[in-house]
Amino acid sequence: MTAARRFLPLIALAAGLAAGAPARAEDLPVIKVEMKDGTITPNVIEVPANTRFKLEITNTGTSPVEFESVELKREKALAAGATSSIVFRTVDPGTYDVFDDFHPNSKATLVAK
Amino acid sequence: MIGAFVIAFREVIEAGLIVGIVLAATRGIAGRGRWILLGILGGLAGAALVALFAEKISDAFEGAGQEILNASVLIVAVLMLIWHNTWMAKHGREMAGELRAAGEAVRTGQSTAAGLALVVGAAILREGAELVLFLYGLVASGTSGPDIQFGALAGVAVGAAMSSVSYFGLAAIPTRYVFSVTSALIILLAAGLAAQAAQFLTNAGLITVLDRPLWNTSAILREDSLVGRVLHALVGYTDRPSALQVIVYLGTILVMVGLMQWSSADKRRHLRTA
Repeated sequence: MTAARRFLPLIALAAGLAAGAPARAEDLPVIKVEMKDGTITPNVIEVPANTRFKLEITNTGTSPVEFESVELKREKALAAGATSSIVFRTVDPGTYDVFDDFHPNSKATLVAK
Repeated sequence: MIGAFVIAFREVIEAGLIVGIVLAATRGIAGRGRWILLGILGGLAGAALVALFAEKISDAFEGAGQEILNASVLIVAVLMLIWHNTWMAKHGREMAGELRAAGEAVRTGQSTAAGLALVVGAAILREGAELVLFLYGLVASGTSGPDIQFGALAGVAVGAAMSSVSYFGLAAIPTRYVFSVTSALIILLAAGLAAQAAQFLTNAGLITVLDRPLWNTSAILREDSLVGRVLHALVGYTDRPSALQVIVYLGTILVMVGLMQWSSADKRRHLRTA
């Protein structure tokens, strides 16, 4: 990888900041996940492997939740009624455990194909 | 109730251990209590703001806002820790003992205490935002029973108590050694935070190299177990570190030890010419 390519994201970020951040994220595939007081729907989250995608997480329950995957090194805390997303740059094909860190017994898997 | 207790407890202890180390490391600096208190209050206010604007922050920078914020906060903390240890290498002996009134140490001690107050603020801001969301959700929604609310608040109290035990444990070390111990702890703490910052920049897509895991020790110690989390907060333990994280971790240690050597050698030169 050349130095120029390595710094491309930084340059893109700077350009995005300068231009008032264009909405490039809109073009991403969006996978929706619903979290509700300890349940994660769907229980098997299918996502595309080796490409950028956005996981849009909505907390439809009455208690706060935290979407987390140790294997993917990602976490996102959500108040009741909140929606937020995590953008993944690339995920290797495989199966990953995810859980709700605020509801210790909840489990789901994320499958990248 | 047990669930709420455990969640609140571990969120508090992750930031609390850092506060304990910082308190021990600033022993003997006049007015450090005021600085640390300022750091704690600033951190709590920051955590509340981050929790309040969580959705807006997440959506910034094409969805990488949270990662970029976390990385920035961590990098500030790492720089302050590097500065503190470099300073201590020069003035530690004066702080530890007889020369407490030494002029320069007293004067510049204020700025290193201010720097560490920033570290405290950063730690609380980062760990606290989740706790604020959790507690506010439990207490304010009114949907959880009093036992769950009690569990959460008890978790906060016990977490804070455990954190102060870590401080008193360090404070019980004889003055001659206490700064050697806290310096070593701060090196590992800074290296761990730097490695976390590197991971956040990778997650944000700002760094796209060396992102493969080098090894996997999750079979021995899971990162999301209680011991794993404590070690994560203290020395940056992660069960699947990327190559970048390992390089940044070792690099931070090398830079800090190098600066400390240089700083204490600088002091010896001064003493000889004086």
